[in-house]
Amino acid sequence: MRHIISILLENEPGALSRVVGLFSQRNFNIETLNVAPTEDPSLSRLTVTTVGDDRVIEQITKHLNKLIDVVKLVDLTEGNHIERELMLVKVKALGAARDEVKRTADIFRAQVVDVTPSVYTVQITGDAGKLDAFVQAMAPIGILEVARTGVSGIARGDKLLTL
Amino acid sequence: MELLSGADMIARFLKDEGVERIYGYPGGAALHIYDALFRQDSVQHILVRHEQAATHAADGYARASGKPGVVLVTSGPGATNAVTGIATAYMDSIPMVVLCGQVASHLIGEDAFQETDIVGVTRPVVKHSFSIRHPSQIPEVLKKAFYLAATGRPGPVVVDIPKDMTAPTERYEYVYPKKVKIRSYNPVTRGHSGQIKKAVDMMLKARRPVFYTGGGIVTGRASEALTDLVRRLGFPITTTLMGIGGYPQGDRQSLGWLGMHGSFEANMAMHHADLIVAIGARFDDRVTNNTSKFCPTAKIVHVDIDPSSISKTVRADVPIVGAAGSVIDEMISLIQGREASNAESLGEWWKSIEGWRSEREGKLYEPSKPGEALKPQEVIEAVYRATRGEAFVTTDVGQHQMFAAQYYKFAKPNRFITSGGLGTMGFGFPAAMGVKLSYPQDDVVCFTGEGSFQMMMQELSTCKQFDVGVKIVNLNNQSLGMVRQWQDLNYKSRHAHSYMESLPDFTKLIEAYGFTAIKVKTHDELAPALERAFADTNELVFLDIYVDPFEHVYPMQVPLGSMRDMLLSKTERT
Repeated sequence: MRHIISILLENEPGALSRVVGLFSQRNFNIETLNVAPTEDPSLSRLTVTTVGDDRVIEQITKHLNKLIDVVKLVDLTEGNHIERELMLVKVKALGAARDEVKRTADIFRAQVVDVTPSVYTVQITGDAGKLDAFVQAMAPIGILEVARTGVSGIARGDKLLTL
Repeated sequence: MELLSGADMIARFLKDEGVERIYGYPGGAALHIYDALFRQDSVQHILVRHEQAATHAADGYARASGKPGVVLVTSGPGATNAVTGIATAYMDSIPMVVLCGQVASHLIGEDAFQETDIVGVTRPVVKHSFSIRHPSQIPEVLKKAFYLAATGRPGPVVVDIPKDMTAPTERYEYVYPKKVKIRSYNPVTRGHSGQIKKAVDMMLKARRPVFYTGGGIVTGRASEALTDLVRRLGFPITTTLMGIGGYPQGDRQSLGWLGMHGSFEANMAMHHADLIVAIGARFDDRVTNNTSKFCPTAKIVHVDIDPSSISKTVRADVPIVGAAGSVIDEMISLIQGREASNAESLGEWWKSIEGWRSEREGKLYEPSKPGEALKPQEVIEAVYRATRGEAFVTTDVGQHQMFAAQYYKFAKPNRFITSGGLGTMGFGFPAAMGVKLSYPQDDVVCFTGEGSFQMMMQELSTCKQFDVGVKIVNLNNQSLGMVRQWQDLNYKSRHAHSYMESLPDFTKLIEAYGFTAIKVKTHDELAPALERAFADTNELVFLDIYVDPFEHVYPMQVPLGSMRDMLLSKTERT
C-alpha cells in the first residue's frame, strides 16, 4: 500500500542524506520526495511517498524516528489528509493542437503559464492520480517535458505536525 | 572566562569528560590536536600501528568498561582505515566517539590532499555524526557526541574536525557543558506498564517458557536484575553470543547460548517453547535460522530499548520498548507476592530440557589422546581452567571464536569480547590491548587463529611500546577453519583459498618484538606452556598451538531449517 510520510527534519547539513540513505540502505522504496523549509528556520519539512505492507511501513517509520535529525513524523495516510503535487508540463502546441491543449487544461483546471508559437507550458496541481490522468490525456498531443514536485501533504482538521 | 584554541578545547574536554585514554594515529589534519595532547598529561594517547586497531582497542575498552571508547585519527586514509572498526562497534551497539581530522574548511570539496567525506562514508554505520563548523561549537558538539554514544541504544559517533577549527591562533571561550539537550533525541527508559503487566501474566501461566537475552543486558548493566528475575521464576535461559555472561553460564538454569552454533538444549528449548521472553536481543539471522519456521508454538514477549529492533524479523506478541534493567525491575516487583500457576508444567518442561542436556553430554567433541593433535575445544577448556574462568576473553572471528564461546564458561558480563554482528577478523588482538591497558591486574586472553591474527599483528609493536601484557592463544589449524568447514559441508571439500601456505614461524616473529612465544604441538606440551604463559599477568605471551585442522564446530544449524534442525557432528544430525 502507498503511504505518505511527512517529516520535520533538523535543518542541518547532511540531514537529508541520512533520510535518503536510510531508504537505500534498508531496501525501502521512495516513490516521491519533496523537501523545503518551514516557517521555523531550524526545521525542514520532508514528505516521502513509499510503498510497502504494514510491516515494512512500521520499520520505515521506526528507523526514521531513530535518526537523530528527525524531530517528528506522521504517516498522513493513517488519517484524513490533503495531498497535493504540482506539475509543469511542456506540450507541443501547433495548429489544432493549440486549442486542444487549452481545452484539456481547462477541464483539469490547469493553467497555461508560458506560451511560445509552438509550445504551451501548463501548470497543474492536484493529487498524484489527477496529475497522472492529465499526463495521459496530454500524451497523444505530444508531451515534451514533465517536471513534478513530488507529493506534499497535510492532515485534515485540527491535527498538526509541529513541535 | 578561559580562552582556548579548538585543539586545546578538545584536549581539555576529554579531561573534563573523564576520558583517561584515547587511541589514535597522527597525520596532517590532526596535528593541531596532537600538539594540544602533547602539552597536557591528563589524557594518555596510545599510538597504534593502524587506525583500525585504534577503533578495536577503544571498542574492547568500551565493552569491558561500559564507557565510550575514544579514537583520534587524521583525515583521508586515517579516517577510512577506521571505518571497519566503526562498523564493528555499530553492529554490536558499542559506545564510541571517533574524532577525525579533516582538511581545512576552504579546501573541502576540492579533492584536497588526504580529503575524504568521512561523514558520508560512515553514514550507514554510525549512530550519528557531526561536522564542526566553528571552533566555538567544539565543547557542545563533543558533549553531544558522548551523550549520543553512551545513552539509549549505544553506538559510534563520528566528529569531523576541519584543520582550521583547531588552529592555535583562534581562541574562544571554553566552558565544559555539564548537560546537553537534543530535542529530537529522548531515549526511552521505562517500559509501558500495561505491556509489562501483560508479559508478566503470560510468564506466570506459561508451560514451556524460555528467556532469550542479548547484548542489551550487558550494555544495559542489567545482569544482576536479570539473574534475580530468572531465578525467581525458575525458567531456563539462553543468551545470544553478545549476551554471554549476562547470566552466569555455569548455573543450572543456563542453557548456554543459542543459534547457528548454539547449544543443542538451547535450540531445542527455543523450538518447543510456548513463551519466549526476549530481552535486549534482536532476533538476528544467526539466531533464528529460518524465520518462517522459527519457534512455531511460542508467543513472544520482546523487550528492547530500540523500537526498530522489535518486530523487525520476528513479530512480537507483546512488544515492550524500554531499558532492560528498568523493565526487569518492574517485572520483579509485579511478580512479588503473586502465585505462579505453572509449577507443575515447569517441572515437566525441565524434564524435557534435562533430557536434551544429557543426550549430548560427553558427546560434544572427542578429546585428543596423547600423541594426537590437540583439539581446539580442549585448548579453550584448559585456558578456562588456567585462568579460573576469570579472564577477560577477546576473540577474532571463525572457528576459534565459536569454540571460545562454547567452552569458556563466563560467569560475569563484559568478559566475553567478540565481534558478533559484523564478524570482523582482526578484532581480537587490538581489543585485548584496549582491555588490558584499563584492567592491568586482570588476565586478558585473546583467542585467535593464524588467519585473523595476521590481519592486525602489527599491533605487537604497540604492545611493545606501551608494555601491554596480553596473552595471545593462537589456535593454529593452518587454514581458515570456518571457511574450510563451510567448504567441507557445501562445496564438496573444495578448499578455495581457505588454507594458509607460507605461514610465518610465529615464535620467531613474536621474539623479534622481544616477547615470549611458545610453540605447542602435542598434548603433553599444553599444560606446561599454559603454566608459563600465565605465570606473570603483565607479560605478553604468544602461544602458537597447533590444533586438529579437520575439526568442525558443532552443533550447526541446518540452513533454512528451524531452530531444532542441527548437525551435531560430522555424522549425526537431529
